[in-house]
Amino acid sequence: MPPFLAVEDLTKSFGGLRAVDRCSLEVREGTITGLIGPNGAGKTTLFNLLTGFHRPDGGRVRFRGDDITGLPAHKVFRRGICRTFQIPREFKDLSVLENLMVVAPDQAGERLWVPWLQPGRVRRDETRLRERAMVVLEQVGLARLAGEPAWTLSGGQKKLLELARTLMAEPALLMLDEPGAGVNPTQMKELTRYIQWLAAERGVTILLIEHDMDLVMAICNPVIVLSEGRPLAEGPPDIIRKDPRVLSAYLGARHA
Amino acid sequence: MTEYLIALATIVGIQVLLTLGLNFHYGITGLVNFGHVAFYALGAYASALLTLAGVPFLVAMGAGVGVAVLASLLLGTATLRLGEDYFAILTLGFSEFVRLLLLNARELTRGALGIPGIPRPWRGLGGVPDHIMYLGLVLIAVGVAFALCEVLARSPLGRTLRAIRDDEQAAMALGKDVLRFRLTSLGWGAGLAAVAGSLWAHYVTYVVPDQFTPEITFYTWMAMIIGGPGSTRGALWGTAILVAVLEGTRFAKDVMPMIDEPRLAALRQVAIGLGLILMTVYVRKLGGRSRPRVAPATVSG
Repeated sequence: MPPFLAVEDLTKSFGGLRAVDRCSLEVREGTITGLIGPNGAGKTTLFNLLTGFHRPDGGRVRFRGDDITGLPAHKVFRRGICRTFQIPREFKDLSVLENLMVVAPDQAGERLWVPWLQPGRVRRDETRLRERAMVVLEQVGLARLAGEPAWTLSGGQKKLLELARTLMAEPALLMLDEPGAGVNPTQMKELTRYIQWLAAERGVTILLIEHDMDLVMAICNPVIVLSEGRPLAEGPPDIIRKDPRVLSAYLGARHA
Repeated sequence: MTEYLIALATIVGIQVLLTLGLNFHYGITGLVNFGHVAFYALGAYASALLTLAGVPFLVAMGAGVGVAVLASLLLGTATLRLGEDYFAILTLGFSEFVRLLLLNARELTRGALGIPGIPRPWRGLGGVPDHIMYLGLVLIAVGVAFALCEVLARSPLGRTLRAIRDDEQAAMALGKDVLRFRLTSLGWGAGLAAVAGSLWAHYVTYVVPDQFTPEITFYTWMAMIIGGPGSTRGALWGTAILVAVLEGTRFAKDVMPMIDEPRLAALRQVAIGLGLILMTVYVRKLGGRSRPRVAPATVSG
């Protein structure tokens, strides 16, 4: 069986800077894989390369055996990979509910003539979609805000909204870029539980970037440490925590 | 006076079609289109030339729409990838390109001489006076266009377009083929502008490139901004207010007989500018975006 997600020698430079440098790693199906590393290690760039936001200069990305290198973002999504962003990107003038309803792929009513010629079909699709979206909103605890414009949400709620949106897509691989950033401790607990639930109950494989080490150590296994654009170490969290190479990457060589 | 009001209503109707199209581009999809007049001009010229060649009015109008939509798709495919500011400048450039093309393709368009004698359709049908008949035609076009726009704005397509307007990158990450959706929006708005152009050509029965300067584009922007971008209904009364301000200042000399003509003409421009600023600041607050009022569904369990 081919690996779930395989990255081979992936490279990306910006000017003279090699943000991702011959990076090779694998993500196994069913895991919550943590991606950590000091600032500038290339974590977000790697996300952007995998999801079609940057085109790699070299290397390959294989997902469930298929070569998805350099596919545009919307096609990567079609393969079952969904991502969130470090800074929440809510559709601000859409309601919370609409933010979720947008996500359903290939809606008949997205074609120009269908809303005119088959209004009944669009109405039926919409009813079903709205119910599905409400279920997801209940799960993340945003149901009572369904009708509010998304821009009125707090930072933490926007993070939850982004997560809820990705669930509408029912992805095979969910890539979360700092899901805990800007989330208060109470919400953090809910978020943690929710991510674990997704992996355990829904069978979603999760790859997440996170600076909150408590979160990483609590739920991620394995943890991959990225430094200077490539993996430095990989393993279970308690081993990674004690790895001298990791400590030196974070703190500088003298402290190792 | 009645004649004047009927003429005014006809002009408002034609302008509403332009505003509805631009509202779809900018208000709903976020496309900064500074070249809207190009689609208007293409619709007007194609419809005029074909009718004079013996093609029936509705077919000629349809062909005008086809030309404008095709032009918008070519323009969009070439420029939409470049980012917002480039798109804005290139659409403006495109509209000037179209105007200069019409001015210089003399064999086809007679250049600066313009095309006179464009027939009004269904003249004298059923004994209805010509200008009333034409107003009826324009109102039907506006009614149909308004209904179609309103349905689209509230449809899944409208929702996806608004999502792209709010955050292009997030829409891409959520599987939306942003270019294809933007082209759909561009084509639809361009088609509406072409219908407006055709109705204009057959109304004034004479077209000349001078009628299609960027001024038309910017008046359309004003109408849309007054009505509130994103609001289909706002496009109606935003346009009505715009035309009222533009035309109403003509009557200033009845109110102020003590000012001589040249000064009045200058003052009129000042009044138009001031009026539009005030309208934009104070009136647009009344308009909302036309968004579907979705009630949360009840979930059992």
